[in-house]
Amino acid sequence: MSTRYVAVWLCYPQTDWYTRRNAERANRPVVIQCVERNRRIIGEVNYKGEAAGLQKGMTITDARALVPELEIIEEENGLLEKIIQALGFACIRFTPVVAMNQPDGLLFDASGCAHLWGGEQPYLEAIEKCLRRWGYAARAAMADTIGAAWAAARYADEKWIAPGEQLKAMQSLPPQALRLEETVIAKLLQLGLQPIGRFMGMPRRALQRRFGSTLLERLDQALGFAIEHLEPLVPPVPYAERLPCLDPIVSATGIEIAIEQLLDSLCKRLAKEGKGVREAVLKCFRVDGHVQQIQINTTRPSIQPVHLQKLLALKINTLQPDLGFELFILEATRVDDAEPEQQRIWDGGSSDKAVLAELLDRIEGKLGKGMIHRYQPAAHYWPERAYSRIEPFAENKNNEWPVPVQRPRPVCLFPRPVSIEVTAPVPDYPPMLFRYKGKLHKVKRADGPERIEQEWWLQSGDHRDYYTVEDEEGVRFWIFRDGHYDAKRQRHWYLHGIFA
Amino acid sequence: MSAFNAEHIAALRQELLRWQGYRPLTGACAEPALGPLNSAFPNGIFATGAVHEFIAARAEDMAATSGFITGLLHTLLKKDNPSLWISAARNIYPPALAAFGIPVHQMLFADLRREKDVLWTLEEALKCTPLNVVVAEVRQLDFTSSRRLQLAVETSGVTALIIRPQPRVLDSTSIARWQIRSLPGSIDDDLPGVGFPRWKVELLRVRNGKPGSWEITWRDGQFAFKEETVPAKKIIPMRKTG
Repeated sequence: MSTRYVAVWLCYPQTDWYTRRNAERANRPVVIQCVERNRRIIGEVNYKGEAAGLQKGMTITDARALVPELEIIEEENGLLEKIIQALGFACIRFTPVVAMNQPDGLLFDASGCAHLWGGEQPYLEAIEKCLRRWGYAARAAMADTIGAAWAAARYADEKWIAPGEQLKAMQSLPPQALRLEETVIAKLLQLGLQPIGRFMGMPRRALQRRFGSTLLERLDQALGFAIEHLEPLVPPVPYAERLPCLDPIVSATGIEIAIEQLLDSLCKRLAKEGKGVREAVLKCFRVDGHVQQIQINTTRPSIQPVHLQKLLALKINTLQPDLGFELFILEATRVDDAEPEQQRIWDGGSSDKAVLAELLDRIEGKLGKGMIHRYQPAAHYWPERAYSRIEPFAENKNNEWPVPVQRPRPVCLFPRPVSIEVTAPVPDYPPMLFRYKGKLHKVKRADGPERIEQEWWLQSGDHRDYYTVEDEEGVRFWIFRDGHYDAKRQRHWYLHGIFA
Repeated sequence: MSAFNAEHIAALRQELLRWQGYRPLTGACAEPALGPLNSAFPNGIFATGAVHEFIAARAEDMAATSGFITGLLHTLLKKDNPSLWISAARNIYPPALAAFGIPVHQMLFADLRREKDVLWTLEEALKCTPLNVVVAEVRQLDFTSSRRLQLAVETSGVTALIIRPQPRVLDSTSIARWQIRSLPGSIDDDLPGVGFPRWKVELLRVRNGKPGSWEITWRDGQFAFKEETVPAKKIIPMRKTG
């Protein structure tokens, strides 16, 4: 049986992707804008846009002049590849060997597959129909060689090339159908060598001298004189382990043993691939068909069965076995590259870090996620925003805390300023005394004011005038008045923090 | 002869300490720069790898206690080792801690939702050797759980600093019990303003040591102890000459 290839050309992959998210775009001209040599040009245009006379490579300004109601979407880096890859994985239903064909197509090795769909023509139709159902306009073509199928999908009217007929089919196609570089195509067109049939029979040495060896190679590949290989997409196998039990498991000890066995094999596999668990789910299938699950998270990728077992063991008491579990499935739903073990030899801190990570996992596993964090400074004067939270093991970019010599900050800061009653002698003076929680504090010494303005791009409101005051007992408070002193309007004073 | 006597007396004191159940702490290595505070502890060195309790009787004392503890962290922390601050109702303002010279970005903060989880977390953390110092705000601590903490600390050598806001019962096995209150800030030459933070640090109870009371100021990135606490030694040469 001869090999047969299918080439799928996705006519408008990116615009179709956006249309899937907003169906209204189907009736509007939509273009993807990309930047080339500081010019904003059209990277892709949808069907409606093409009908309105827009073309790929046109500048956005021209396109807007032609079609005022044009919708322009910025090109997102890597989106196209993501779409093609996702479609490739989805197309494994048609053939086991699917390869990505950058930038806008897929290639199938369809040898021996078509009869399952009742022949090659219905097979092609099924592919196109399926892609159309997902929202993508596509053309699928079939031939003996990858090159011929690729050419037929994009440039030929007849999408099906019978076995051995590629020479005849290729003759009438333009030179663009040979997957050549722009410069070579331009040279061919300049010399009037169009269609391919015009130069196919020319002496090979002459062609090579003028157009380089790629032309000959592509020609051979299309006609089947040279072999071309596909790089098939390999779908990732989920990191999951199953453990069926002969007798239903009821006891916590039994579940622990099951977890131990599952973890053992899972961790062995992960270790081989250099990965570590970040998130895992244990699914327990009860005899009566009910499924229960427990989930664990780790702060660093881990392949330590003992540690993971401890995390899972913390949650065993949430399971209700009733009549017993008959099947356990442990799946690592998120894995990351594990840090190489070798580090430990010369970097003593590494194992410390691992021990610490295990502690954090235990705490977060029992008490909930997001309990533990570190802080790093943030570039804000507004006290509540002067720091930001980061994960315990995140890389922090900004370590330099501004040393507040000029602007002291209280060690205890209330999450919300507390309203206080004050007596102030002069408008712009710190108060003489204030009442907080029913207790009267006489101000002995004071410092300030430090005016902190609202960050108007984030929130509007009055500024704050902060004073540091010390009462007769020596407790230092951070108080502020919001806004300017105003004789007509009562201004409120607040206590915001207490200094060390 | 007197040198021999002093040596002899020191040896006898050590033996006495051993009989009283004192075991030399494993965690202590270099003497932390704590001046007269060191001398209050057995062997004249601040006890690391033990549980210290800080009583904050009033709400205002929390700030003073946190400030003093942050200063302690600055002196106790080994390089690059993280510390953990456990609390269920934290008011600590991270940017302010930087003034006490500690690398705030290396501190881990555990903000728990429930008060009762603090003890469990604290005990787990105290078993974790890479942590140098663990600070926790614990409202209720009974004798049993304080013994559990003591056991955890003995095996791992981690120092635990426990803040007790408005404690109801004071019944624990901690090695030292402190109380910190703020004093009017120290100012040179009656300049206007508030001045450097100053505390009255009271060591209410210390196992096998001498309780005491000091006035401590935080200035220029370190503790400054008031000179009054060590007056005797300076006078001695005067007497000799006179």
